[in-house]
Amino acid sequence: MLNKINRYLTLSGLEPLVVTPESNFINIGERTNVTGSRKFLRLIKDEKFDEALEVARHQVEGGAQIIDVNMDEGMLDGVEAMTTFLNLIASEPDISRVPIMIDSSKWEIIEAGLQVVQGKSVVNSISLKEGEAEFIRQAKLVKRYGAAVIVMAFDEDGQADTYQRRIDICNRSYDILVNQVNFKPQDIIFDPNIFPVATGMDEHRKNALDFFNATKWIRENLPYANVSGGVSNVSFSFRGNDTVREAMHSAFLYHAIQNGMNLGIVNPAMLEVYDEIPKDLLDCVEDVLFDRRDDATERLLEFAETVKGQKKQEDSIIQEWRNDTLQERITHALVKGIDVFIIEDVEEARKSVSRPIEVIEGHLMIGMNVVGDLFGSGKMFLPQVVKSARVMKKAVAYLQPFIEAEKDGKVEFAGKILMATVKGDVHDIGKNIVSVVLGCNNYEIIDLGVMVPPEKIIEEAKKQQVDIIGLSGLITPSLDEMVYVSKEMERQDFNIPLMVGGATTSRAHSAVKIAPNYNHTVIHVNDASRAVTVVGNLLKKDNKVYKEQIREEYDAFREQFLNRSKKKEYISIEAARKNKFKIDWNTTEIVKPKQLGIQTIQDFDIRKLETYIDWSPFFRSWDLHGKYPNILKDKVVGKQASELFADAKILLKRIFDEKLLQAKAIFGLFPANSINDDDIEVSSVILNEEKNLMNNKTYKFLTLRQQLKKREGAPNLSLADFIAPKTSGKQDYLGCFCVSTGFGTQELAEKFEANHDDYNSIMIKALADRLAEAFAEYLHKHVRKDIWAYNSTENFSNEELIKESYKGIRPAPGYPACPDHLEKNTIWKFLKVEENIGVTLTESLAMWPAASVSGYYFANKEAKYFGLGKITEDQLIDYSKRRNINIDEARKLLNANLSPS
Amino acid sequence: MSKIYQAIQKRILVLDGAMGTMLQRYNFSEEDFRGKRFKDYPTSLKGNNDLLSLTQPNAIADVHHKYFEAGADIVETNTFSSTSIAMADYNMEDLVYELNYESAKIAKQVADEFSKQNPDKERFVAGSIGPTNKTASLSPDVNRPEYRAITFNELRIAYKLQIEALIDGGVDVLLVETIFDTLNAKAALFAIDEVLEERNMEIPIMVSGTITDASGRTLSGQTVEAFLTSISHIPLLSVGFNCALGAEQLKPYMQRLSNKTEFFTSAHPNAGLPNAFGEYDQTPEQMQLLIEDYLKDGLINIIGGCCGTNPEHIKAIADVAKNYEPRQLKVYV
Repeated sequence: MLNKINRYLTLSGLEPLVVTPESNFINIGERTNVTGSRKFLRLIKDEKFDEALEVARHQVEGGAQIIDVNMDEGMLDGVEAMTTFLNLIASEPDISRVPIMIDSSKWEIIEAGLQVVQGKSVVNSISLKEGEAEFIRQAKLVKRYGAAVIVMAFDEDGQADTYQRRIDICNRSYDILVNQVNFKPQDIIFDPNIFPVATGMDEHRKNALDFFNATKWIRENLPYANVSGGVSNVSFSFRGNDTVREAMHSAFLYHAIQNGMNLGIVNPAMLEVYDEIPKDLLDCVEDVLFDRRDDATERLLEFAETVKGQKKQEDSIIQEWRNDTLQERITHALVKGIDVFIIEDVEEARKSVSRPIEVIEGHLMIGMNVVGDLFGSGKMFLPQVVKSARVMKKAVAYLQPFIEAEKDGKVEFAGKILMATVKGDVHDIGKNIVSVVLGCNNYEIIDLGVMVPPEKIIEEAKKQQVDIIGLSGLITPSLDEMVYVSKEMERQDFNIPLMVGGATTSRAHSAVKIAPNYNHTVIHVNDASRAVTVVGNLLKKDNKVYKEQIREEYDAFREQFLNRSKKKEYISIEAARKNKFKIDWNTTEIVKPKQLGIQTIQDFDIRKLETYIDWSPFFRSWDLHGKYPNILKDKVVGKQASELFADAKILLKRIFDEKLLQAKAIFGLFPANSINDDDIEVSSVILNEEKNLMNNKTYKFLTLRQQLKKREGAPNLSLADFIAPKTSGKQDYLGCFCVSTGFGTQELAEKFEANHDDYNSIMIKALADRLAEAFAEYLHKHVRKDIWAYNSTENFSNEELIKESYKGIRPAPGYPACPDHLEKNTIWKFLKVEENIGVTLTESLAMWPAASVSGYYFANKEAKYFGLGKITEDQLIDYSKRRNINIDEARKLLNANLSPS
Repeated sequence: MSKIYQAIQKRILVLDGAMGTMLQRYNFSEEDFRGKRFKDYPTSLKGNNDLLSLTQPNAIADVHHKYFEAGADIVETNTFSSTSIAMADYNMEDLVYELNYESAKIAKQVADEFSKQNPDKERFVAGSIGPTNKTASLSPDVNRPEYRAITFNELRIAYKLQIEALIDGGVDVLLVETIFDTLNAKAALFAIDEVLEERNMEIPIMVSGTITDASGRTLSGQTVEAFLTSISHIPLLSVGFNCALGAEQLKPYMQRLSNKTEFFTSAHPNAGLPNAFGEYDQTPEQMQLLIEDYLKDGLINIIGGCCGTNPEHIKAIADVAKNYEPRQLKVYV
């Protein structure tokens, strides 16, 4: 089988559509057809393309696997309308993921459509109507454009209306296509004409039956060819009587499919479930379809009279699960994350057992095990699990008083895990997600919060007799804190596993810098979904082998890593400085800022930031990987991403409407020059009475320079290279800034947590982070356009801003171009950040509130982002002198950037 | 039937590596690019690598020579950007026929020398047909999603001229490559089909798409299977992927492609992913190991290199490719 492939009709939009025998029936959306939908016609005529696209989107969301587009209307320029609309669809990935059916009776409109679709589409339609020569010409072109084709059962004499005419014309068409044009047989779709039945005319009595039989014949005699049709035609004579029409559609479709029709145009809203058609109605309908009785039509008409005007009852299936058994309801609530009924259900459960604890150990754990299994097998995603946890927490909180009332009531956990964000670091989104997920899996979590000093971690771990210590951190100095904790654990004879995670942590760092300090298990876990498996394995009774495996893996990894990194070649700092990035200061443009000096924004209207949000990292923080907006349509995580996004939007709206978060910013632009190659001297600015500048005091920003040996012609960069040196005699400028949208986050998160709502607690932090980044982006634009005004005409979309298409950069201390966190101290002193807007620095130089961004502004058009990479001892010594700190302090600070010597 | 059909059934064919990477070594100046003929040309010509086929033909022949020597079975003509659309950047639309014709001649001459020396190992020339610098199914203007900077017909006409010149110059194969917008490729295939019908001839066609990043899609948004479906309407010698990714990142997509296609397969990945400085630093040994994984899994009929690869890489690839059987063609049931 491996080396065989099937001749299945295969189409494509952005994604493939393979029509296999198992696909049962391919549903073609028909609402984007001006001949069939008045609404769509009006939208196209009025050029309301946005709304027209909504029609298409609605079709795809409703399950259409192909969408039929038709612009045949006398008042329209069909070629232009087809081109424009298909081009617009191409820009909408959620629509263009499905193949297009290009539908027209005019060849030039079909060809216009074929010229704008990248996927393999379907031409609807060609036929022998105008004779063989035209048929062959069109078929050849369809093939050359790479499309499949619908062939109407139509020839020089007209439309086929009997069984024999249908099969004769299809047979002849097939023969010409396959043998003369070399058309692939699987790319042929016959439409053997669905005509109305029960019209009262005798010649229409066999219309359905002939279609069924012709379909069967085609599928049996014309290898690989497919059959399609427009189903609603069949019930044409019962317009206005939806009950009968829907029954006719389903019955017809049922039998057409049985006979081999594998594609078709059906309006899903006009379709009854075949098994639910009342028996008497079904009999009448099938009598007509199969022409079983002479009075079949009369009988169906009579029946139709009795149901005329009857309104179809609307069943609401939404609440149906409420009728299930108690356990099923609890499991459903946990899996779906619905908390509306959980208290009521848990109360019922409590009354049914002898001890309240049994509800947790029984009902709730059964439900959570289902959640755990689904999550483990990739059928549930992180945001859903966190929602499940919310329901679980509510249930447990409700039961707690009852359990405590019983003296021996104690919950049996699978293990006890200490979680902490290390000293100096305030970032806890990832840590909280892991805590929640582990909590869901019946582990007891001792969460020490953020900025936890190592002594406290050690002390609590001992006191609480935890089974695992989990450390988290986002900024680079946190890595050293983790190293420190690991050394302490060794010193104090710990033997429990140490688990580390967070944005800057890595397997490499864990293997090279942490594992050697601690004689027991050290493991790096960077996504919540893995945490459950890892913890499960670590706490198994016979975990010796697993632990040894990890140890060996990390040892091997370390060796490999150390060997590899030795190969890199570095040059001396002097040589690197000589090979600096050279800007011709005589010709390069230096724009003097329109407004020099410091400005603060105290209460910024946070609504303005919505359009500046870069959503992709938001999804990443929830372990959903992919780029926004495509992630919303992703095959695997799309649904969850969309739900998460909807929830985020709800909370965001609350943030805006209720002013839950406060945004503040401070920034300043100053005269600056680089000095001694790597330093930037900046003058603070004070305006005197006459609004003239008076330089007050100078500050020095220190930059670091790349030392990796570069290929010929490539410079060793430092940020100082983007500022004119003093020796050039040119006055240059530099900016720095700090923004925060984090004021209020902590309080809100605490409120949510008090309400057992970890989901929204994590959500508010993730949103605050996004808003802070958006604010930084917004402010940078404002500075470029209005304050520095070197780029007053730029007009970029948000996507382009995210891609950093603009001129100038805003690197942030602690990030790859300038990993030295101490620079934040200089910015803080210089701008008086804390005094002015209240953002503080922790001992590890993390910003508090966490949702803050700070950095510099460089405006030169040559300025670009880069990564410092590793530096060597000589620069470290040089740096410690310039910074006036001792070498050990400097080493600790820049540890992550030191090359292994 | 072309001799390449006989060769491809017997062994894994090796395609050459990057042309641009090799030309960088020459450090050609503006003057070198211009040569005598374009001394006074009003537009700056440095960087117009395809023009070197006219102004520095020996260098181009030399690169082909090095790749054949390294063990390549097929070299690509120096015509990646030789369409009137891409040449508009240098105001050289009128030179398109000559560029393609001469590039094909240069490559064919070197190929013939090698075939003559070793008649058991016939060498081939693939006419390189790049994507142009415009996209037919994406709007360059976010505010006008219905707008297109180029139409299917414009592409078709431009490609047609390139194709005719390549065929006249003697290429053995046409290679539509680095496809980031499938609609552009469909225009190229349309043009090829037209030319072949007009001339009543056959020529093997290779198609090679580009998966731009870890999303596993082309720039124009198609999945591997959707891309394959969209270009399989014309009988191809091979279908495959090149550029953007290294061999390691490309492998899962090659696997999917290999499972689904009725044609032979090709891959010419980059020498890894660019490092932080935009350089490709995968060594020939590293690349060889990764390529060997392709061979072990039987994914490949034609294998070569794209950005950052040089004759050492191709030699390493050729050395390992000769130890493996070519991928088996799938047959219809």
